[in-house]
Amino acid sequence: MPDATSGPAWERRLLLGLLLAPALLWLFALIVLPQIDLALLSFRERVAPREYVASLAQYRTFFAEPLYWHVFVRTAVMSLAATLATLLIAFPVAWTIAKLLRGRLSALLFVVCLIPFWVSETVRTLGWMILLRESGVLPALLAHLGVTAAPVELLYHDATILVGLVYTSLLFMVVPLVSSLESLDNSLIEAAYDLGGSGWSILREIVIPHAAPGITAGCIVVFMLMLGNYLTPTLLGGKSSQWFTEQIYTQFIVRFNWEQGAAFGFLLLALSTSMVWLGLKLSGQRFGDVMRRT
Amino acid sequence: MIPSLPRPLWLRTATTLYLVAFLVFLFLPLATVAVFAFNDAPYPAPPWHGFTLDWFLGNASRDRTGLFGDDELLASIWTSFLVACAVTALSVGVGTANAFLMERARFPGKGALSALMLVPLVLPGVILGISILAFASRIAEFVNDLFGLELEFLRPGLPLVVLGQFSYIAAIATLTISARLKRFDPTLEEAAYNLGASRGAVLRTITLPYLRPAMIGSAAIAFLMSFENFNTTLMLVGADPPLTIMMYGRMREGATPVLNAVSLFLMVASALLALTLMRKDGRRAA
Amino acid sequence: MSAAGTGQDAATHDLDVRGAVKRFADHVAVDQLSFSVARGSFFSILGPSGCGKTTLLRMIAGFIQPDDGEILIGGRSMAGVGPNRRPVNMVFQQLALFPMMSVGDNVAFGLARRGVARAERLRRAQAMLERVGLGGAARKKVDELSGGQRQRVAIARSLVLEPTLLLLDEPLGALDLKLREHMKIELKQLQAAFGTTFVYITHDQSEALVLSDHVGVMNRGRFEQQGTPQQLYYEPATPFVAGFVGANNRIVGRATGVAGAIVSITSEQGWLIRARSATAIAAGTAVEAFVRPEVAVLARAAADLPAGQPAHGGEVESLLFDGANSAVLLRERQSRVEFRIALPQTGQFADLRVGEPIHFSFDPARAVCFPAGVAHA
Repeated sequence: MPDATSGPAWERRLLLGLLLAPALLWLFALIVLPQIDLALLSFRERVAPREYVASLAQYRTFFAEPLYWHVFVRTAVMSLAATLATLLIAFPVAWTIAKLLRGRLSALLFVVCLIPFWVSETVRTLGWMILLRESGVLPALLAHLGVTAAPVELLYHDATILVGLVYTSLLFMVVPLVSSLESLDNSLIEAAYDLGGSGWSILREIVIPHAAPGITAGCIVVFMLMLGNYLTPTLLGGKSSQWFTEQIYTQFIVRFNWEQGAAFGFLLLALSTSMVWLGLKLSGQRFGDVMRRT
Repeated sequence: MIPSLPRPLWLRTATTLYLVAFLVFLFLPLATVAVFAFNDAPYPAPPWHGFTLDWFLGNASRDRTGLFGDDELLASIWTSFLVACAVTALSVGVGTANAFLMERARFPGKGALSALMLVPLVLPGVILGISILAFASRIAEFVNDLFGLELEFLRPGLPLVVLGQFSYIAAIATLTISARLKRFDPTLEEAAYNLGASRGAVLRTITLPYLRPAMIGSAAIAFLMSFENFNTTLMLVGADPPLTIMMYGRMREGATPVLNAVSLFLMVASALLALTLMRKDGRRAA
Repeated sequence: MSAAGTGQDAATHDLDVRGAVKRFADHVAVDQLSFSVARGSFFSILGPSGCGKTTLLRMIAGFIQPDDGEILIGGRSMAGVGPNRRPVNMVFQQLALFPMMSVGDNVAFGLARRGVARAERLRRAQAMLERVGLGGAARKKVDELSGGQRQRVAIARSLVLEPTLLLLDEPLGALDLKLREHMKIELKQLQAAFGTTFVYITHDQSEALVLSDHVGVMNRGRFEQQGTPQQLYYEPATPFVAGFVGANNRIVGRATGVAGAIVSITSEQGWLIRARSATAIAAGTAVEAFVRPEVAVLARAAADLPAGQPAHGGEVESLLFDGANSAVLLRERQSRVEFRIALPQTGQFADLRVGEPIHFSFDPARAVCFPAGVAHA
């Protein structure tokens, strides 16, 4: 029994060691050390070929160049807006699955909501491109119906990026919402109604406080995924997408300026971490509980 | 609100309409991709020019390269498949070991380790990618300077892609398998001992079979996540692009409906995978 | 206590526990406990929860190592023998049937671990299932069975290994009342049919009395008394046993006179009764007396009471109708002490009314008293 509680001491040690080795190797070689390395990388400057000094130059560049921090702020704001939109769109669906439908029908709708997410994001984005580009399905339809005189370009707008981001992230909002709403006892709602609560007050006083962990979990995960997304903004936003991950890619892969790319990476990480932290603080949740929910 | 409370007609109608709109929103892109895989035109765009299977079966001689004649695309599917297999095996293996570690073992620093295991889930994929790229390069440089050895696998390429994807998929596998092990009734193991089973036999006949659904489930999730991964892979990829990277490159250039064909192929494959898993689940529930 | 330790006894005893001790951080769960169980008998360990009976059972099964003392099974010391090497099988409280296997595979599990060939173990599992009346269930899933059937599978799974000793850890606890009554009888019949030595732990005195050849009443890590169910019921050795086994009226007071084995007792509230003393009692000591509800006799007139018994009077406080177990709760006239008397099956007192005055008496030789507050050694 690998419970490391029985057997002689050396055997327990050996077993513990064997179980610890993969975990430590994974977490330290692939997570902790690379992150430390990335931090070190971002705090140095190349002064001559293969010669570096410690400096804050990379971060100075970020703040000195308006393009960089402009893109940074833009990414944060749009991710936030898209997260809220996702929450608003997903909530009624989650409510329907968790509370309105029963048995097989509820399970069916849930599965139907999951299906698109079994397919790669690349494929889903391809679908949006065929639908929205100037020669695509929707502009043709709009022109045909006479809404617009000629087919218009629906790609490469900020709104397009938002739609794409919301679409890719819905699953990660619906799942935690459904699980937290399902655990809400119907009789609580009946009791509130019986005591004279209106739909709105019940939602505010009973449902939302109960679903808070699920809402937090969904928002944190969705926000993080949006911030780190690369595919959807670049394909749906095109040249005007101005997403921060694009800057990281450019510095790292195109310009081979790893120091600058590392600094950008670190700024993105700081933003994502502080938002996660803020979300947890605001809703009074604990990190571990929230992550296990998703 | 809930079915047991009176809901006005307008609310019920609105709910239904909303649901329909939501489902259209959900499936419109997928349906579009599928339909245009059969359009007899060189670009996946309206109008409809008639039905064709060229984008599956066509070859260079007919100036339309279909999926099964597109060696580059087929090679990238194969690459994705190999990467996904490696990531799945690693993630489920490490995830299972971690589950036993977290649920059964006692050691100092366990709380910190358990928190650390969740960290990969909140690191943006791009950052995982660049940090592993930079760290691997640093080690490669170091080894090169010190011993004059060139460690090819630490340069951008499939080994790094596998490690990059594994670094966060392992966290998901760990969570799934640990959750099931936590619900395990330890008296089952005692009963097996009591009936004369050895340590190995208990693990083989009781504990692992109990964990099997979680292991299969997390294997499917790991495979799918690896197959679909883009952000981390983009930073670590070398000369052999997996399918998502290949598709991305072609989508930027404006591709022929062969991409729709490969997408449809992916949809069917994932639907089959999903159905098999749900069947299994359903049978167990029944 | 039955003798333990001589070589001759070990040959006819399937279980010998000698001076077993288990201490936990804050208490002693099993305290210098010694007893033996004769081959082929049904032995119950009866005690309230927390008395150490589960620890004792798990020590016999090998899941817990005793801090001191020795456990012999079939005459062989079990020191250093792992739970999977002991000739002992256990029926767990929640049964612990393996949900990932069929019923047949559950029963064949132990045989497979012994390396019995597949065809042979399936045959033996099938034969065992037929003996417990589940011949057609081998292919079923565990969760397709009813509570009683699962019980039988758990027993079959253990008995197919022909253990020297079968341990049962309150296996009826999870069943509902009707089924529990039924399974009691079935368990007793199974034990008789197989002839395997059963060691059964329970907190339910009725289970222990109905099932067992011998019972050990356990309290705070020790046996208060060992004996046949009849001995425990009619000759309790300690106040704990008198209070725990069967229903009893408990009267606390002081010994005011001693005449041979019969002690006169004045209760705290001033009621005068007489009872047989279990140990020597000097006049003036604090005592507690126990009178079983069925020992007392009711009468509407004092003259109808059996001659030679001290007569008492009282008023009906409440009627507790429960079919054959019906009783009347009354208060003694002067002291207002509450006293319970079983109603006779004749229906003679079916028309009793609350508040009605009534006479009653009991044979002092069938009531028992102990020095109060003295722990039984």
